[in-house]
Amino acid sequence: MSTADVTDRCPKNITEAHKGRRRFLVAATTAVGAVGAGFAAVPFVMSLQPSAKTQAAGAPIEVDISKIEDGSLMVREWRGKPVWIVKRTEKNLAELSSLNDKLSDPNSEVTGQQPDYAKNLARSIKPEYLVVIGICTHLGCSPTHIKKGDAAGADIDDDWKGGFFCPCHGSKFDLAGRVYQGVPAPTNLVVPPYIYLSNTRILVGADSSKGVA
Amino acid sequence: MNKILTASTEWVDTRFPLTKMWNEHLAQYYAPKNFNFWYYFGSLALLVLVLQIITGIFLAVNYKPDAALAFGSVEYIMRDVDYGWLIRYMHSTGGSFFFLIIYLHMFRALMYGSYKKPRELLWIIGMLIYACLMAESFLGYLLPWGQMSFWGAQVIISLFGAIPYFGEDLTVWIRGDYVVADATLNRFFVYHVVLVPIILLALVAVHIIALHEVGSNNPDGVEIKKNKDPKTGIPLDGIPFHPYYTVKDIVGIVVFLILFFGVVFYAPAFGGYFIEYNNFFPADPMKTPEHIAPLWYFTPFYAILRAVPDKLLGVVAMGGSIVVLFLLPWLDRSSVKSIRYKGWIFKFALVLFVISFFGLGYLGMQPVTPMKTYFAQLFTFIYFAFFLLMPWYSKMDKTKPVPDRVTD
Repeated sequence: MSTADVTDRCPKNITEAHKGRRRFLVAATTAVGAVGAGFAAVPFVMSLQPSAKTQAAGAPIEVDISKIEDGSLMVREWRGKPVWIVKRTEKNLAELSSLNDKLSDPNSEVTGQQPDYAKNLARSIKPEYLVVIGICTHLGCSPTHIKKGDAAGADIDDDWKGGFFCPCHGSKFDLAGRVYQGVPAPTNLVVPPYIYLSNTRILVGADSSKGVA
Repeated sequence: MNKILTASTEWVDTRFPLTKMWNEHLAQYYAPKNFNFWYYFGSLALLVLVLQIITGIFLAVNYKPDAALAFGSVEYIMRDVDYGWLIRYMHSTGGSFFFLIIYLHMFRALMYGSYKKPRELLWIIGMLIYACLMAESFLGYLLPWGQMSFWGAQVIISLFGAIPYFGEDLTVWIRGDYVVADATLNRFFVYHVVLVPIILLALVAVHIIALHEVGSNNPDGVEIKKNKDPKTGIPLDGIPFHPYYTVKDIVGIVVFLILFFGVVFYAPAFGGYFIEYNNFFPADPMKTPEHIAPLWYFTPFYAILRAVPDKLLGVVAMGGSIVVLFLLPWLDRSSVKSIRYKGWIFKFALVLFVISFFGLGYLGMQPVTPMKTYFAQLFTFIYFAFFLLMPWYSKMDKTKPVPDRVTD
């Protein structure tokens, strides 16, 4: 119903002031109603956030790394995500710096992708053991570990030095989880917080400085 | 008997506009008399919607939306529930046929200019239905909790993570967990069986009301309301939808059901195109399948996503490829509606568009190689050029004179 319809049915002596007052009342009621609806939506929207139980899950996990063979990868689940532990050979480590020109962020300058203690060439505490979350930073697939000399490596790069290839959208990472240029993934693989409990055992998800992450 | 029927109709009519609605939408809805093959797909879409709702209800009776039980409950439906296999294969096949029909329905509109004035809003409502259908299909695909369910959802939800500033928080809110998990499955089940179907049904009703307000277009793109019988006010080129088109549509329905059940009985997985083989493995958050691709009806857009070697721009291009469809009524500046009276430029552009759409659809199913990425980029360029250059080429195009009345 437009205002004209209403005024037709009102007494003839209605003035402009009356109309102005009506418009104000309609606008004010609408505004208050909209704010009320906004507040009413809050509990419903918040109920879709991770529950307290979900947030509490995800305790650190202890991993025995002594049985990993040279050049091999071991997977463990932490917070529902695959955590890779790769034992790199001397040769692998020596080749890392030769790849710098092909990478987006060779020096791990993007913060939040690794704890400070992993901001080095090998992106790890002890160079031979790489600990990363095996989830592509593009759209969350889990890349495949392809060693140097594997048949699949030749299809990816003529001079494949070993690393990870995401089957979903073709992103490439080197053996330190550093992303190549010209692929959809924007950043390096994430290094989770971890500490060495002994020479052969690590605790993933905990940090010596901050405690449990 | 007849008297009782008349009396009860009258009784209802004084309380609810039953006869009025029957006449408005069926018995006295005048549709152009020159509908052809392409005009089957509206009613077929409605049929598939009904089939999906019925089979969906019966599947939900035995399905368990729990990460630990979901995969097993689908196998239970397939093996232990009487006729469970039939109901599930009807539902999974119905999903693919729904998109097939909708794509043909949309292509019809593209050919005959059915989106042009005065049917812009009709087209927009249709696009909203299409968007809802994509959401519905994506949500439903998680429910079997197979490998493709899991990783497909992982990828699509991660698309929102490309949004600057709050993208990552948004993905957590969508999943209800930091990864795709039980909370995600539970809520997707609810969205799939309650939320989206309600919106979908409402939009379909609005689509039909809007159609019957403006009237159907036809292969000639002639407005039949311009030539009415001076005495009755009925369009001269119109025939009542019922019985003429209801009978015609029944023929279409019979042919459709033969094809549909041919697939349901003899090739329900359809060579991995309707049900992907990797989805016969339970979800494993530790391992992505060697090759993942969405179901065939999403692959053109998926190929566009992959063609752009940048996370945010890729997502923007994919979103843009859908958004640009909404703008179609305002991109086409041609003076005629139907392809029958458009010139060679539009026909050529449409052929290129169809080739690139099929090309993208094929590439979206294939593993990534540099050569394939190059072709995906070429087809993506053509896809967008078809729409974004349309304001110019549709105006330049030399059109033929449109007849006053529909042709036979």
